Amino acid sequence: MGRYILQRLFLFVPTFIGITLISFLITHLAPGDPAELLAGGGLGAGVAAGISVEKRGTVDQALAEWRAQFGLDRPLHVQYGVWLKNLFTLNFGDSFKDNQPVAGKILERLPVTVKLNILSLLLVYLVAIPLGVYSATHSYSFGDQVTTFTAFVLFALPIVWAGTMAIVFLGGGDFLYLFPPGGLTSIDYSPEWPLWERLKDQAWHLFLPVVLLSYGGFAGLSRYMRTGMLEVLGQDFVRTARAKGLSESIVIYKHVLRNSLIPMVTILASILPGMISGSVIIETIFSIPGLGQLGYQAVLARDYPIVMALFTVSALLTLLGILISDILLSVVDPRIAFGRRQS
Amino acid sequence: MAVNRAGRRGYWSHVWRQFKRNRLAVGGLYVVLGLLTIAVLADLISSDKPYYMRYRGIDYFPIFRGYLVKLGVTKWPPELLNVNYKELGTERALFPPVPYRPDGIDLTAPFADPSLGHWLGTDKLGRDVMAGIIHGARISLSVGFVSVGISLLIGVSLGALAGFFGSWVDLVISRVFELMLAIPTFFLLITIAAVMPPSIFLTMAIIGLTSWVGIGRFTRNEFLKIRNLDYVTAAVALGVSSRSVMFRHILPNALAPVMVSVVLGVAAAILVESSLSFLGIGVPADLVTWGSILNEARSNTFAWWLAVFPGAAIFVTVLAYYMVGEGLRDALDPRLRGSEG
Repeated sequence: MGRYILQRLFLFVPTFIGITLISFLITHLAPGDPAELLAGGGLGAGVAAGISVEKRGTVDQALAEWRAQFGLDRPLHVQYGVWLKNLFTLNFGDSFKDNQPVAGKILERLPVTVKLNILSLLLVYLVAIPLGVYSATHSYSFGDQVTTFTAFVLFALPIVWAGTMAIVFLGGGDFLYLFPPGGLTSIDYSPEWPLWERLKDQAWHLFLPVVLLSYGGFAGLSRYMRTGMLEVLGQDFVRTARAKGLSESIVIYKHVLRNSLIPMVTILASILPGMISGSVIIETIFSIPGLGQLGYQAVLARDYPIVMALFTVSALLTLLGILISDILLSVVDPRIAFGRRQS
Repeated sequence: MAVNRAGRRGYWSHVWRQFKRNRLAVGGLYVVLGLLTIAVLADLISSDKPYYMRYRGIDYFPIFRGYLVKLGVTKWPPELLNVNYKELGTERALFPPVPYRPDGIDLTAPFADPSLGHWLGTDKLGRDVMAGIIHGARISLSVGFVSVGISLLIGVSLGALAGFFGSWVDLVISRVFELMLAIPTFFLLITIAAVMPPSIFLTMAIIGLTSWVGIGRFTRNEFLKIRNLDYVTAAVALGVSSRSVMFRHILPNALAPVMVSVVLGVAAAILVESSLSFLGIGVPADLVTWGSILNEARSNTFAWWLAVFPGAAIFVTVLAYYMVGEGLRDALDPRLRGSEG
């Protein structure tokens, strides 16, 4: 198993270099000088307004110093090399905006996004697996068709619409006030509250974002579940199990379900890397201080060190997703042995 | 060749027969065609100019004249330059059903409720929402088609190369596919869109450039399958050039599953475009799109019409394309049912 993980890590190197290189080139070759943009309103605006020559020299010098501070005056390949080298010590550089270390900013916000995504992942699996089981055991029935169609419609429901509608109609505007329109906790939230009060407040705030982040996943997953179960249901060992007189529930839940969980586990690998991307819209709509919001604001402010770091974190999450799903796979299906799998 | 063509027509008519059986898919197709009509005729449905008017004893056809002016064939007569046709004092005028421009600012009527005057209300600048949605259809659909066209071009070329030549070409291109799969596409998209100057054409290009992996992988797999069929071997043995084998012999047979990705891709591109303009990235600030109207609802939660209608337009469009795509998938090959899009 250790060897397998090592092999995976090795295979991941080119992908990792590719992702970081692409994000590096996009951010560094983009039109516009981050120094002048970031100084905008202050120094940058002065340059644009055409201030006097000697003052202009001072401004230029300040901009040059700023560039030197962030190493932006060096050739591109040197900058990338330095960035990679720093990465090995988990140093993502400093934010352009406030000179704070990027790693700290990310660590500060990571728990929020992870919490949001784990809850939504749980919800997706909790809803989609029973739905899929129901659809498979009642295949082509009216209920199956309704389930499939509903999941399909939910899949097509744009998250920007669902989110905005939730805020307009449920978030305390002119209509219902069932849920808060944003944030993670109430304004008067304090750690001294009793535990259940704190949990209640958090759950109240997280409910809408988590549901909105999840509903799109129901369709895909329940459908995979349905297809997987139908496939297993048609196999010989199921007939044998039924023939030897096992009750239908034991056949379904012990024999079939376990075997059809295999594809569900592999899907996990594709869900993890989408975490940051998927959170951008939800975190922006609900003003949740997570990685998605951080990324969105960094992109708008051209805070490139943060943007680069987020790409890197996603790349690592991709690797993590693949690893976790492979390990889970061996748990669900002991026939799969590490290292000998050649796909 | 004649036999071949007849055979192919037989295949497509079979597909059409299968497709027609699926009522949801046919319904989706009607919606798609309806949206296309709205997009093409947007100027005739919603415009602040009348179709026809009589002014100071002369007959004008301002909407149609507008087209000619755009083409540079003619000019506006000075008395009609930048006028408000509704307050012109025309003797006779026939206005379109939605007599507003999508960007026609009317500061006297901000946040007007839906009423007979403004069917779907107005936004904070008094722009008519109905006009915005009708003209937004044009933007959304053109973003959908152009960006899918771009991703089709890239995906089919790379997939065909990888699947046809195999060996190291496949190895390299497959690594590129893996890379594109591992990269957080939406984040990549907003990064590129945010650092570039806002432009709808650039947005189309960026969406196309970041969404071709699905098509590429499908094409590759189909090419891998078809390359080893006897008729391809025969064509190669006859000395047909690689390019000709790829594009004339294999590609037509590989297109079926790719077509499903194309239809679903249009929906995905429309979704992405609306998300981008919702976030205020990539499209110019003064351009009214479905996403940009929706965005206004976020900060003006009392104006429910700004949330309900543009969002519904996105939803209906996306759902219709999904239905057509799913129907097409089932019609093309029942074995593809339930496989990854």
